Amino acid sequence: FQVGLLVSVKRFFLFLFEIRVKPDKSGVVTDGVKHSMNPFCEIAVEEAVKLKEKKLIKEVVAVSCGPQQAQETIRTALAMGADRGIHVQVAGKDYENLGPLQVSKIMAALAKKEEAQLVILGKQAIDDDCNQTGQMTAALLDWPQGTFASEVSFEGDKLKVVREIDGGLETITINTPAVVTADLRLNTPRYATLPNIMKAKKKKIAIMKPEDLGVDITSRVEVLRVDEPPQREAGVKVETVQDLVGKLKDSGLV
Amino acid sequence: MWCGVSAALWPVRCRSFLLQCRNICSGNVGRKSVVDGVLPSFRSVCGEDGVSLSEAIREQHGKDESVHKCCPPDVVVFPRSVDEVSALAKICHMHCLPIIPFGTGTGLEGGVGAMKGGVCFSLRNMDQVLDLHVEDFDVTVEPGVTRKALNSYLRDTGLWFPVDPGADASLCGMAATSASGTNAVRYGTMRENIMNLEVVLADGTIINTAGKGRRPRKTSAGYNLTNLFVGSEGTLGIITKTTLRLYGIPEAVVSAVCSFPSVQAAVDSTVQILQSGVPIARIEFLDDVMIDACNRFSSLSYPVTPTLFLEFHGSERSLEEQVNTSEEITQCNGGSDFQWAKDEETRSRLWKARHDAWYAALALRPGCKAYATDVCVPLSMLPQIIVETKEDLIANKLTGPIAGHVGDGNFHCLMVLDPNDPDELKCNQSFSFLFLLLDISGGPTWGHDPKVEKH
Repeated sequence: FQVGLLVSVKRFFLFLFEIRVKPDKSGVVTDGVKHSMNPFCEIAVEEAVKLKEKKLIKEVVAVSCGPQQAQETIRTALAMGADRGIHVQVAGKDYENLGPLQVSKIMAALAKKEEAQLVILGKQAIDDDCNQTGQMTAALLDWPQGTFASEVSFEGDKLKVVREIDGGLETITINTPAVVTADLRLNTPRYATLPNIMKAKKKKIAIMKPEDLGVDITSRVEVLRVDEPPQREAGVKVETVQDLVGKLKDSGLV
Repeated sequence: MWCGVSAALWPVRCRSFLLQCRNICSGNVGRKSVVDGVLPSFRSVCGEDGVSLSEAIREQHGKDESVHKCCPPDVVVFPRSVDEVSALAKICHMHCLPIIPFGTGTGLEGGVGAMKGGVCFSLRNMDQVLDLHVEDFDVTVEPGVTRKALNSYLRDTGLWFPVDPGADASLCGMAATSASGTNAVRYGTMRENIMNLEVVLADGTIINTAGKGRRPRKTSAGYNLTNLFVGSEGTLGIITKTTLRLYGIPEAVVSAVCSFPSVQAAVDSTVQILQSGVPIARIEFLDDVMIDACNRFSSLSYPVTPTLFLEFHGSERSLEEQVNTSEEITQCNGGSDFQWAKDEETRSRLWKARHDAWYAALALRPGCKAYATDVCVPLSMLPQIIVETKEDLIANKLTGPIAGHVGDGNFHCLMVLDPNDPDELKCNQSFSFLFLLLDISGGPTWGHDPKVEKH
């Protein structure tokens, strides 16, 4: 069953590092912070590569939207086993305002252009936690979606997806072409090894602009302000249970 | 624990320890007022938030993951740079206050206990990864960077730092204790993988053991100061930067398990595997008591005999060869049930016994504590010492499952004991472990920290 697959990857801070808000509250400090592939995107790439290793997929194409540095993230995906990459150039202010709706329009356009049968994304990015791009892409393409996937397998020409939901696990069968978003327990992503990183340098990355795909990336959302969470206040100790109850009553909590 | 002291010397040692205690007590009052006096200077160096007297923080910094009692320091300071460390050290030096460096507190030997009080330097705020040179395979890190954090940082580069002592320890802390671990048979210990250190000495002087910013892979120039500080257990200075040698992430990994009819058979296989040039990455030994504990704890069903856990790193093709060679060798030595796996899940399952060994040992006697002893001997001596150790354990009615990095001739006997039973404690103490060793041209490795255990 030979199918082409698009996997979307996003670049953000390495999850280990503390995020600091800029003094003018317009965003977060990005200078000098180590960037890496979004962890859920890594899981998506791993799943794509696994499907290719099982010979269920013909080709894995890694896509990223962003400035020049987005190519680093695509290279990592190539080192993990993707066949080629597409870098959709979005820079400066446009990149700061780039949100799930614009990215999903780009992904939908690319899916049609590349005649992909499967689009895999991470369930959400760790910068905005939007959890919207996969779902919007499916809606724009009018394709079925298997989101929060913790297991993906082919059953004939349909896709069986086990989804992580609040109540437990839900198994659904959807037709292809389809959109899948990867959740934490889908797999453990492989590390890119040096020989594979070297091979990845020879793989092709096509560069294009959103206009080439007929996508308008003006944002309809404006960020007004970014604040840090409130500082944790010191607690108050009381001597007796009566004091505790008294304080709770005084503050109107009981 | 009074390791390796014969029964005759025991009363002498006891008396000297009691005397020390009295000195500590009488020193206490004087020291407290000195500490109170320097607090303003500390605060001017690392800010109001950088100095803590609270009981909870001091207790947190007075113990690690061992069974040793908590010895909290008088005050904990949190410097943010090497200059702050130096300034604080100068103040302590002027007032003769003991300094205890603290990384992550994951040690197993009581190395961070402030036995004579003093100032704990918690280095967790110095957490930058500096100067990564991918083509030169080296990186410099500060004390707040842990092993797993560094490997996460490096994942896009195809490099990793393989020394794995088990815990997610501070790399500078691993340098100070010369940490080893399961990968040492192939990648070496900290000693072989540190190229340079930045150290603050007791009087505040900052030195670079191989020269500032230098990272030579080899040198014949000057004294080997780097290796003087590696393993110095915080007694010679505070390590504020370490430059580490990195390796390429292995293309593929295969794990295997094999049971043997005797300790000799397991060790013979180890020796032959090493001799046949197989670049084995991990080779771990568990004795029958330990395997039994692991079976019970993790609901596994390994045969209850000496067992080897092996791990191979390399390219797909070389792995096939490595595994085949090793399997043949184990079969020649009477090994059985050779299982191996390549995918992450099955590998984890195979190695689960080894990973849970500590907890499995504790679970043998619920409510008891355990401490690890650490011994390293030439490989050829290993069967003899393990057999004699086991006989000794049985004779003394002690619980001591054995696990070891057998590729280096290194093993741990995990003593599981009831800390509230004085007879059992005494028995453990006079367990003539080291005596045996002194006869076999080996020695205690101090791979676990000597400060408390080797007084």
